[in-house]
Amino acid sequence: MFAYIVRRLLWAVILLFLLSVVTFSIFYLVPRWAGASPETLAARYVGRSATAETVHVTAERLGFYDPVVVQYWNWVKGIFVGKEFDYGSGVEQCPAPCLGYSFITRQPVWPELLDRAPVTVSLVIGASLIWLVAGVTVGVISALRRGTVFDRGTMGVSLAGVSLPIFFTGLVSLSFFSYRLGITAPGGQFVPFSENPAMWAYSLLLPWITLAFLFSAQYARLTRAGMLETMTEDYIRTARAKGLPERTVVFKHGLRGALTPVLTIFGLDVGLLLGGAVLTEKTFSLNGLGKYGYDAIITGDLPKILGVTLVAGFFVIMANLIVDLLYGAIDPRVRLG
Amino acid sequence: MTSTALRDVTRRQPGQERQPFLEVLDLHVHFPTDDGLVKSVDGLSFSVERGRTLGIVGESGSGKSVTSLAIMGLHYRRASERSRPGARLGGEILLDGEDLLSKSPEYVRSLRGKRMAMIFQDPLSAMNPYYTVGRQIIEAYQIHNEVNAKVARKHAVDMLGRVGIPEPSHRIDSYPHQFSGGMRQRAMIAMALSCDPELLIADEPTTALDVTVQAQILDLIRDLQREFNSSVILITHDLGVVAELADDVLVMYAGRAAEYGSADQLFNRPAHPYTWGLLGSVPRFDRPQDERLLAIPGSPPSLIHVPPGCPFHPRCAYAARNEGRSEESRPELTPIEPGHFVACHLSPTDRAQIWADEIAPRL
Amino acid sequence: MTAPLREPASGGAEQDTTLVSVEGLVKHFPIRAGLFRRQVGAVQAVDGVNFSVRQKETFSIVGESGCGKSTTARLLTRLLEPTEGTITLEGRDITHLKDTALRPLRREMQMIFQDPYSSLNPRHTVGKIVGAPYRLQHVSPPGGVKKSVQELLEAVGLNPEHYNRYPHEFSGGQRQRIGIARTLALRPRLIVADEPVSALDVSIQAQVINLLEDLQEEFDLTYVIIAHDLSVVRYVSDRVAVMYLGKIVELADADALYSAPMHPYTVALMSAVPVADTRRRDERERIRLSGDVPSPINPPPACRFHTRCWKAQEICRIEEPPLAELVSGHRVACHFPENLPSEVAGAAAR
Repeated sequence: MFAYIVRRLLWAVILLFLLSVVTFSIFYLVPRWAGASPETLAARYVGRSATAETVHVTAERLGFYDPVVVQYWNWVKGIFVGKEFDYGSGVEQCPAPCLGYSFITRQPVWPELLDRAPVTVSLVIGASLIWLVAGVTVGVISALRRGTVFDRGTMGVSLAGVSLPIFFTGLVSLSFFSYRLGITAPGGQFVPFSENPAMWAYSLLLPWITLAFLFSAQYARLTRAGMLETMTEDYIRTARAKGLPERTVVFKHGLRGALTPVLTIFGLDVGLLLGGAVLTEKTFSLNGLGKYGYDAIITGDLPKILGVTLVAGFFVIMANLIVDLLYGAIDPRVRLG
Repeated sequence: MTSTALRDVTRRQPGQERQPFLEVLDLHVHFPTDDGLVKSVDGLSFSVERGRTLGIVGESGSGKSVTSLAIMGLHYRRASERSRPGARLGGEILLDGEDLLSKSPEYVRSLRGKRMAMIFQDPLSAMNPYYTVGRQIIEAYQIHNEVNAKVARKHAVDMLGRVGIPEPSHRIDSYPHQFSGGMRQRAMIAMALSCDPELLIADEPTTALDVTVQAQILDLIRDLQREFNSSVILITHDLGVVAELADDVLVMYAGRAAEYGSADQLFNRPAHPYTWGLLGSVPRFDRPQDERLLAIPGSPPSLIHVPPGCPFHPRCAYAARNEGRSEESRPELTPIEPGHFVACHLSPTDRAQIWADEIAPRL
Repeated sequence: MTAPLREPASGGAEQDTTLVSVEGLVKHFPIRAGLFRRQVGAVQAVDGVNFSVRQKETFSIVGESGCGKSTTARLLTRLLEPTEGTITLEGRDITHLKDTALRPLRREMQMIFQDPYSSLNPRHTVGKIVGAPYRLQHVSPPGGVKKSVQELLEAVGLNPEHYNRYPHEFSGGQRQRIGIARTLALRPRLIVADEPVSALDVSIQAQVINLLEDLQEEFDLTYVIIAHDLSVVRYVSDRVAVMYLGKIVELADADALYSAPMHPYTVALMSAVPVADTRRRDERERIRLSGDVPSPINPPPACRFHTRCWKAQEICRIEEPPLAELVSGHRVACHFPENLPSEVAGAAAR
């Protein structure tokens, strides 16, 4: 078991490394293919009225004339030990981990990521708990009341939930609940948890519910399918044969088997969302990692894109590892490694 | 068949007045499906005395498993299945005099595990893989007994020891997949017997096991039966297992009884052509056999379109001797010697002649 | 490339009658663990097996789970490659042949599997299933594939008009017949059957066993049958090998094995089989083996059966008994075999 974890962690590091190489290469190659020269790139850092010489000097200082391998190495080194940028007019300190400077704001990327992260984490944690509880509950009831009006109704609604895009449901609910009825906060009103927990929850209520609606539909279907399959297993018949009340048979024996795949998918979904719930954040004007990444793409701000990609990748890889470990913990038949 | 005639069957021993522990009278279990009504059990009567073992023999589709589930009350329609039609049960199932089919599902549930228990064919799929064996046994015990966890656990350890599992205080915390096949079946037996039921139904308990392990398990069932003085219904397709363990035998075909009697009567003086076929289909283990196996032609019938008259007649080599009765009228269990019944239209003379000339020399 | 169908072989008296033989056959499945997935052990599924099968005989291998009989069957047909040892088919060494070299040889040996429900592709018609061997081996039978397929269906007792039906429309016994028809398409010399009747009802078993007997006569077939049902094995076999934990412990003519088994394991196995005869219930001597079969990952040293054998002595723990022919035609691997004829017992005693 220990050997398995160590092996997986080593693989995680290798994967992150590979991810960074691929992302960096794209970051390096894409502007070249678009015809940019080191000067064009440097020009983005110095403002409109800069002279050609300033641009050239900046380009040199930022290492744009170096071969890609050297640039990559410097960048990696920067992550561990930080960097200094010498603009001539002063020296900028970019403390470790240094993920470069945004083209637009000319601020270090890493602090900006740190700033945005709590928003995304708040959004995802809240929504995921809601969708897990709601989805599983509806799924279990549907499975137990299979074929009834409730079952057909909820599965129909869940089909809608899975099909309608979040920007549609989000905008509709914003305009109705926030602006028309005024019962939920309008967009862009995030309050950090440390500042005011109640307002924090209030500001996120609508995004939570909207995002959860999308996912709980999926989880209801998943749980329902899992329950239906588990309830046909032989050990359910044995449980009944022992004289257990049906309630115990369903919840202690049936649900346990159905939940195993649900929980692992849950871990993966959370990991993916942490990397950037782009559409939700944009719809509700929440300044999380997803919106950050979206803005970066729109403006072509490559260092930001690189930063967000790495963070997202990290979350996904970690989520996968945790989910695999979790599977080994909840299913005694699975022997890891 | 009238009730009196049925009771002639279920109270087989001549002069026997006392009530058998389990008495099944004219049991019907029908399943409505999209393709038609599946008559899994269609008029079955038999009984089991206290302390005796009844072997129910039959092939796929004979209705033997459906019968055992009906006794246990496991055909009732659960809330989760309300949108579909459930099984239709008819007849009587008398457990110690009480008709289970007329009681509420709640009442029958209180008897399950406590007065009657069941073990199944594949112990790996029959036990919940997510919980330890100990927890599952304790659960079975605590549902019928108001005891605390410690007492329940001690009892579970005792039961595991009694069924021959070494180091029971350690193995109690193992998961089902960590046991070997034989040990798993023993654990399931421990679970079934934890509340000391008066009736144990074993549905193909050794089919999935190796021969040497099978022998161990059959010995165990025999010993435990003596120790607990329970009645046992052993469901199997293996005639050897029946000969080893059963006091009485019921041969089922197409949801009905074909032959019913003591093991001695059935193996030494079998009367139904299907029984002859079964006995002749199995190669002799204990002597060399030059004759060809007596294969029964054809396959077991559909339970939706059961052949009219005698359900076995399309496959029976002797149906022609009954001048059309086999195609038209359903044979009922009639006694051919005290305690031995057969559902067949063959006349006693015909039967004796066929037995002497064709069957006995080959068996 | 097409080739005509082979005629069944007609052996001359001077020809060697061995069709297939194995020598020193070993198959270990590695177990990997640890940080770098190093091999830490192996499942010793088959561990030194020798036997040969004569033309037109029925050779059976019996044993309980984990004894290696199924693995042996797969090695024989080269579905697996042995770790050590040799397999010889009609004089050719096929032990390490690659797929392309093996393919023409697969016409000579075919396999029947246990589960009639999973060994037929549910999306193919019966005609396509039974006719597949012709296509795969680029053989065109005289009269065409369809005609041959229909002849085969008839030979196994099925209606040739069911050519276009799908497997799910047939019962288990009929499906097994379809599988058998498929193996006969290319007129093989050898058929290896892995538990061919275990999944069938008793009355259907008898039908299929009779069918296999008839086909053996009609097509000059040699059978290697893997089974656990000792009654069926006695009935169909000419010679029987008993396997335990990867080794053959006894090998003899069927009647000799059943009337006078020599290896204690065989004796215990026989005494465990329930017999459909109530008179014998009390008179049989019962030997009940205690405990479970040891793991093939860590088999006991020397004689593998010594941990459960009631006759075990010191030497059984130290020296592995060779599979020796103590009585003509009857080989057993034991230091203290049962049922020894007295004149041999004196010579064999140490």
